[in-house]
Amino acid sequence: MAYAADAHAHDDHKPSFVKRWLFSTNHKDIGTLYIIFALFAAIIGIGISFLMRLELQTPGMQIFADGQMWNAWVSAHGLIMVFFVIMPALIGGFGNWFVPIMIGAPDMAFPRLNNISFWLLVPAFLLLGGSLFVGEGPGAGWTIYPPLSDNMYHPSPAMDMALFALHLAGASSILGAANFITTIFNMRAPGMTLHKMPLFVWSMLVTAFLLLLAVPVLGGAITMLITDRNFGTAFFDPAGGGDPVLFQHLFWFFGHPEVYIMILPAFGIVSHVISTFSKKPVFGYLGMAYAMVAIGVVGFVVWAHHMYTSGIDVDTRAYFMAATMVIAVPTGIKIFSWIATMWGGSIKLDTPMLFAVGFIFLFTMGGVTGVVLANAGITQILHNTYYVVAHFHYVLSLGAVFGIYCGIYYWIGKMSGRQYPERLGKIHFWLTFVGVNLTFFPMHFLGNQGMPRRYPDYPDAMTGWNLIASVGSYIAIASFLFFFYVMWVTLRRGEQAAPNYWGEGATTLEWQVSSPPPFHTFDELPRIR
Amino acid sequence: MRIPRPDPAQVARRNRRTGLAAFGLVAGMVGLSFAAVPLYDLFCRVTGFGGTPMIGQAAPATPGEATITVRFNANTQPNLPWRFTAQQPAMTLRVGEEALAFYTARNLADRPFTGISTYNVTPAIAGRYFHKVACFCFEETTLEPGREMDMPLSFWVDPRIAEDPQTRDIRTITINYTFFRSLQDAENAGALANAGPHVGRGGAAATQ
Repeated sequence: MAYAADAHAHDDHKPSFVKRWLFSTNHKDIGTLYIIFALFAAIIGIGISFLMRLELQTPGMQIFADGQMWNAWVSAHGLIMVFFVIMPALIGGFGNWFVPIMIGAPDMAFPRLNNISFWLLVPAFLLLGGSLFVGEGPGAGWTIYPPLSDNMYHPSPAMDMALFALHLAGASSILGAANFITTIFNMRAPGMTLHKMPLFVWSMLVTAFLLLLAVPVLGGAITMLITDRNFGTAFFDPAGGGDPVLFQHLFWFFGHPEVYIMILPAFGIVSHVISTFSKKPVFGYLGMAYAMVAIGVVGFVVWAHHMYTSGIDVDTRAYFMAATMVIAVPTGIKIFSWIATMWGGSIKLDTPMLFAVGFIFLFTMGGVTGVVLANAGITQILHNTYYVVAHFHYVLSLGAVFGIYCGIYYWIGKMSGRQYPERLGKIHFWLTFVGVNLTFFPMHFLGNQGMPRRYPDYPDAMTGWNLIASVGSYIAIASFLFFFYVMWVTLRRGEQAAPNYWGEGATTLEWQVSSPPPFHTFDELPRIR
Repeated sequence: MRIPRPDPAQVARRNRRTGLAAFGLVAGMVGLSFAAVPLYDLFCRVTGFGGTPMIGQAAPATPGEATITVRFNANTQPNLPWRFTAQQPAMTLRVGEEALAFYTARNLADRPFTGISTYNVTPAIAGRYFHKVACFCFEETTLEPGREMDMPLSFWVDPRIAEDPQTRDIRTITINYTFFRSLQDAENAGALANAGPHVGRGGAAATQ
């Protein structure tokens, strides 16, 4: 702080509490708000998953009243984790905090828009959470397919509340994405060319474009769903000449890029961490950047691999199968380059690096099952089984969430000015690693045995692996609570962090400012090397 | 050393331009998602995608040699109290030959009901070779209580079905009709407002 006070006395003039946190236009404060929001939403989202695993621990109905209630809570878990945990943490949180700093900009391009982006999430979250307690709840899965999401099967306002929540969260993402694109294109410090930009900024740029192109399609689709439900239109109702399969096309045209929206920022963070803790620049920097661009582009032409069983013909399936497998190529470039970065490096296995290496391992496993599921023939059998659940939790729950933890441990000293205790961080990593693998690995076996998604009960033969998955989830949830303890210790008793506490491996611009950075960074332009 | 920042007014102007372009992109994607509704419909009708039959072309003058069996399937949505059946379960005809089949609908209720039907063929890939000359699809039909109505369907199967490597092994085509209660009728009767939680009762064959 002394550093900031001497050099930038005028920079560190903070406004009053209400003005600073409620009407915030400062990218770091908004980033902090996003991260706090995401952690709060994670308590709810992970809490629901705790209830789910309690229910599935043994056959029979334990705590949920019926299948509809189960489906409502499962849907809420999915939507909360996607829209209110992973996206706010990775994009709103780390994106807001570090994109402007990394490109040497004083703030985001539209600071007040940034404030709206954040505050739209709060009513969205309240609407979604509230919908669980209205009528029969929003029990159509996170994919909200009609006819199940029609007023015929979900007559109460719960589904409308969930749809409005998606609208608000979508508007928040779109505003945020436009802000990121403008910031990255127009506000880079002189000398910070696109090909010198840190990979995290590249990941945010690609993510922002995906958001801009994908989320409006979801907006259109759920608007049609809302008018179908409330105003007598028949976009998806065959009785009026509509087509429910069209909704699936629209949803997955959004939904598939959405999964890359969730994982690309984690790619960016992991690249920085691997490079820092190997004390080497990232192997194949340009290849890494353009691999993300390629993933983003190809991600828009593979959507129907989520719809292999919706009756599309064999030629169409062959195309979507081939296009989907093509994505494994740029993804493979990234995995290879991370490993090549570590190769011959001076590796230090601190907590962020553990999470980054864990990310590579688990994301690769999820990627392998993804290639299995890309096969239209195999998916005829595995569609909507726990194999799919295992797959997307390996890439998201273990991939993207490890990315979030990785970013928090990497940057908490920078963001708060206090360094986390290394020993507790390592305990947290191993608890999490054991817990999540124990939870999700058995789901592959359950899926192969034919256990379908979205049911609160199962045949007795599947008890064993379900019990193990439940025990694993309790360990994972304990590790989540332990994470809060680690954060509490960090913020209360953590050591003062130096400007560049990771040393020579950390080369991006955030390591040139104090920890925490002054309220206003880079009023004076940084030097780009 | 102090490097001067670029002129803030100029940066603001550039930001505004980029921001507007971004929102233009968003507006374009929203427009595209709505344009997908008629485009998807058009795409299905032109390509026969998802088993959408071709409509309105006359049969060729001379039929081909191969024969094909056409089966007739009838479904009724549960909230339409009609008995809707095909008068013949199946029919064998030569490709290129125009044939006439009948469905029958009877109103079992004690008040008038208006229905509307949709259709497709299975296997879906045969859609582009299945031509309907005249049919009762997408016309609202009102039946008085107890009234019965014959519904003719005139069709022919394109001889090219026997040449296309993807379809030449097809010997049987099933045509499905599903009768729905028309939305207007349901709304007039207040049925939409009173629709209860019919969880678990699938809307029959709501695929196309």
